[in-house]
Amino acid sequence: MIELDGVTKRFGRGETANIAVDNLNLTIQPGEVVVLLGSSGCGKTTTLRMVNRLIEPSEGHIRIDGEDVLSLPTHVLRRRIGYVIQQSGLFPHRTVLDNVTTVPRLLGWDKKRRNDRAREMLELVGLDQASAKQYPAQLSGGQQQRVGVARALASDPNVLLMDEPFGAVDPIVRAQLQREFLKLQREMSKTVVFVTHDVDEAILLGTRIAVMKTGGHIEQIGTPAALLANPASEFVRDFIGRRDVVYDESGRAAGYKVETLFDDGTGS
Amino acid sequence: MTGIGLLADIPIWSGRQLAGNWDVIWYYTAQHVRYTLVAVGLGSLIAIPLSYGAVRRPSTYPALLTITNAIYAIPSIALFVILAPALGFTNDKPIIVAMTLYTLVILVRNIVEAIRSVPDSILRAADGMGYRPMARFFGVELPLALPGIVAGLRLAVVSTVSLISVGALVGRGGLGKLFKDGRDRHIVVELWSGVIAVVVIALVLDALVVLVGWFATPWRRAGTA
Repeated sequence: MIELDGVTKRFGRGETANIAVDNLNLTIQPGEVVVLLGSSGCGKTTTLRMVNRLIEPSEGHIRIDGEDVLSLPTHVLRRRIGYVIQQSGLFPHRTVLDNVTTVPRLLGWDKKRRNDRAREMLELVGLDQASAKQYPAQLSGGQQQRVGVARALASDPNVLLMDEPFGAVDPIVRAQLQREFLKLQREMSKTVVFVTHDVDEAILLGTRIAVMKTGGHIEQIGTPAALLANPASEFVRDFIGRRDVVYDESGRAAGYKVETLFDDGTGS
Repeated sequence: MTGIGLLADIPIWSGRQLAGNWDVIWYYTAQHVRYTLVAVGLGSLIAIPLSYGAVRRPSTYPALLTITNAIYAIPSIALFVILAPALGFTNDKPIIVAMTLYTLVILVRNIVEAIRSVPDSILRAADGMGYRPMARFFGVELPLALPGIVAGLRLAVVSTVSLISVGALVGRGGLGKLFKDGRDRHIVVELWSGVIAVVVIALVLDALVVLVGWFATPWRRAGTA
């Protein structure tokens, strides 16, 4: 569980201070995927980075499983949190295997344990074992992103922070990665904060979506169905747009309703 | 007298021809290579922590550059004269310390720029994984800076090979001794032997640095998808 309690981030001081995140309150339940959705500059990435303290909040508290993140040294905190970023952020000078074992190595796991774990992770994200010895530059964008996910999961953290993880790959690969992420998440039930500006991605992946607006506050938070059915404001309505979503029995978005029209040739 | 004993071990060019003098060339070549490797090695050991400081505290970088530039501006003869009373007149220390100081102007700048060129996204990923600053420096920043560092090392090696010769004027100059002696005694072959050997050493050491760099960066050889 992640709790954000009155979290504010100001860049700069005094009169000229720029408020990036404004008094944010948000509780993310275990196993939930909360998507922070908004256009660039809305504070979604700043919010995410405050959870692992890549950015320190100006005010407020963030707790993970009840523990204040400020009570731990940053490196201890971060080794407990999986982190996936756009463009994968893989280390170009390390093989795939060594990339995946990064956090276990920092945690001091012995070599056999971490390599076994890495091979397991590669299989989990759908990469063949031959790729273990390759360097990131030898992989496609989609494969790199899979390695990024494997690396984030390697030490089996409860919490996963994903910062536009599928933003840099082409739409077909993205759709595939999204589906596989959903499948993985069903098995693993991590507590996930997922940042994106892609409405479709948010609807597909989010158990709840927090629509954020410039100035860093949440305009509306709710399940995809609730947001689509009852947008709280014009802003949310405009941002989400009109989409006919089909839901599965658990209430998750399963896809879009497609109406196939037969052209009768009259052009009407 | 110890001075005479020392001199007795040092081979001296005899005659006006090359034949029979290979041991002289070899003796000074070995000395030249040794000075170069020690100076560039020590220079690197000093430049790396200085660069770490400059990268972590960018406000210190301009001052560091000014200092290394100022040292480089001191003429080498003057530097030997300044260093000799403290380090001794009859050993290798003044030349090695002087050469080490000169390498800093090249190495610090190259290492700092190379480290700064490491993409932000990679550093953020490293921070996000829980790297501590020192481990990030040695585990991520320095290896990724290697291509730029190698470029700096090549320059430092070649410039040191060239600069060392001046040490001949104070009796410690590797192959510089051959130009000095060749000129003083009007032995053209000796003079040219020194010049050619200096150029050969510079080229060979430069190639060695490239080779070591090539082995140290396997990811750059792996090709792309």
